[in-house]
Order: sequence, then C-alpha cells, then structure tokens
Amino acid sequence: MSPLPPTDPTQRSVVSAFLAGFRAAWLSVLAYVVIGTYVGIGALTHDFGFSLAWAVASTALVWAGPAQVILVSALGAGAAPFETALAVGVSSARLLPMVISLLPLIRRPQTPYRALILPAHLTAVTMWIESLRLLPRLPREARIPFANGVGLGFMVAAQAGTLIGYYLATSLPPLLTAGLLFLTPISFLMSDWLALAFGLVLGPLLAAWQVELDLLWTGIVAGSLAYGIHRLREALK
Amino acid sequence: MSELYAYTLLVFVGFLPSEIWRMLGLVAARGIADESELFMWVRAVAIAVLAGVIAKIILFPPGTLASVPLVIRLVAIVCGFAAFVIVRRSVLAGVAAGEVVLTLGALAYGI
Repeated sequence: MSPLPPTDPTQRSVVSAFLAGFRAAWLSVLAYVVIGTYVGIGALTHDFGFSLAWAVASTALVWAGPAQVILVSALGAGAAPFETALAVGVSSARLLPMVISLLPLIRRPQTPYRALILPAHLTAVTMWIESLRLLPRLPREARIPFANGVGLGFMVAAQAGTLIGYYLATSLPPLLTAGLLFLTPISFLMSDWLALAFGLVLGPLLAAWQVELDLLWTGIVAGSLAYGIHRLREALK
Repeated sequence: MSELYAYTLLVFVGFLPSEIWRMLGLVAARGIADESELFMWVRAVAIAVLAGVIAKIILFPPGTLASVPLVIRLVAIVCGFAAFVIVRRSVLAGVAAGEVVLTLGALAYGI
C-alpha cells in the first residue's frame, strides 16, 4: 500500500485536529501550571542526584506529577524499590477512572485498540480536565488526534519545566518552591463540579485526621454520593 | 547508583506501577458507552478521587510546602476558589489569588 498523499482530506483533518489540541493546551492556564509544577519536580530530581536524561525520561514515561515526586524522593532517600513501587501505584490509581471516562468519548465503533494506547498513556489530570471540557464540541472523528494534541502540548510544557527546574535547582528559594508545589492542588480545584466532590471528600479526611486514606476508596464513596445526588435531582425535575 | 540501575528502577518502580492503571482503564473502557449511567458514575468517581488528591496535598503537603502552616494553606485554597467563582470562572484568577494569599501568608509567618 502506498502512503497517503499529503493532500488527502482525512489525513489533513487529522493533522489539523492534532494541532488544534496542541494549541488548546498552550492557550490553557494549565500549561503554565504544568511548567511551574515541573520546575519543582526538575529541581527535586536534580537535588536527589539523578541525571537530566533520567529526569526527562521520567516525565515522559511516568507522566504523573505526584507519582514522580514520590519516585524521586523515595528512591533518592534510599527507600526499598518494592515499597516505592507500591506507593507510586497507590498514587496513580486515580488514572484508572480517568482513562475509563475519557476513552468512550473519543472512540468510534471501528477504532482499533492500538489507536487508544497513546491517548491512554497521555492521560493525566491536566489533559483529562481540558479534554473533557473541549471534546464534546468536536466531531467524533477529530477527537483522538485532538486529545493526543492536548496531551503532547502539556507534555512539552512539562519537559520545558523539567529542564528549567533541573538547571535552576540550586538557586530556587524555599518560598518559591512552596508556591510551585501549591500549584497542583489549587489548579485541580478550579471547576464547579469538582468543588462538590471536594466538600464530600474533605469532610471525612478532616475527621480522619492524619489517617492515610486510600484515594480510590474515597473516590468510590464520594463519587457514588455525588452521582446519587445528581440522579435524585434528575428524578425530582 | 549506576545509570543502568537508575533506568531499571525508573521502568519498574515509576513507569509500570503508573502505566498499569492506564492499560487496565483501556481494557475496562471497552463496552462502556458515553452518556451511559455507568460512564456517569465512573466520571463522578474520577472527580472525587481528584478531590481526594487535592485534600491530601493540602493536609499532608510535600517538601517545602509543609513549612507553610495548615491554616494558611486552607485560607489560600478557599480564597483561590472564591476568586475563581467571582471572576467569571477564570482559572487564571483563581490560581493567582490562591498563590498570592499563600505567598503573603508564608512571608508574614517568616518563611
């Protein structure tokens, strides 16, 4: 089979959907939040003695801020690999419901499995928030390249942050790094439906002061409550 | 730590424990239609887990953020959300307000 000529309309629309996604990522405040967050992670990676290439590979492969923080600080401090892997796994469990609630939005009946591997790998909180917000307005055939564009747009931002943080590591004041670490929770909060869930989760967390709650169980309980409230409201309409 | 060992750890301790959830999601998403009730529930769970991540970072903060007192972290997050709601759901306004309050609070505390 000969490759498709560049003027082929379907291929052109795939490229333009990808570029639209990439652009959407950089137009989002979250791109700059990602840069700031990864400046913090790049600096941390440097401080624990890993190489720059390792830092870049870690951002590309792990692609989850909190998991990278655990990985670097635990391994750097000499923790056992198996225990660190468990901690990383617990922290990344949130990716499961995110992937499940993204793929049905972008998939078509004829979509091959392998076309969903890249969007699944690129799924992280920022990409998920922007994709869920923007995808419903797009025609279904544009959604996979658009989601890949959003994900890779944020990935480029993260790599830029990793490089900057790695090089500036020794000159960052603690006040700045505290502010950079605060970017993750404050930006994740910016959404109205999230606030409802936040309230539902914060209550039990405050009550269980200093008890390490399993996030997946917290999510199942609080998410089911939120879903129940939504169903009740629909029924009362 | 040798370079080869560092990359082995990256794959087995960092990459695989995260990626397994994404690939499980890939398998589990098969047969779930968007706008189905199951899809709506999974989405609510994903949102609540995210809320849990926020709560956990605020209550058990990493690194230098831990040196900022809890009350300042809570006030900053509330102010950030208030700014987000007041300024026509602007994420920029929310993030900026939260960061300013956190920084001023930390400065006043003497960090």
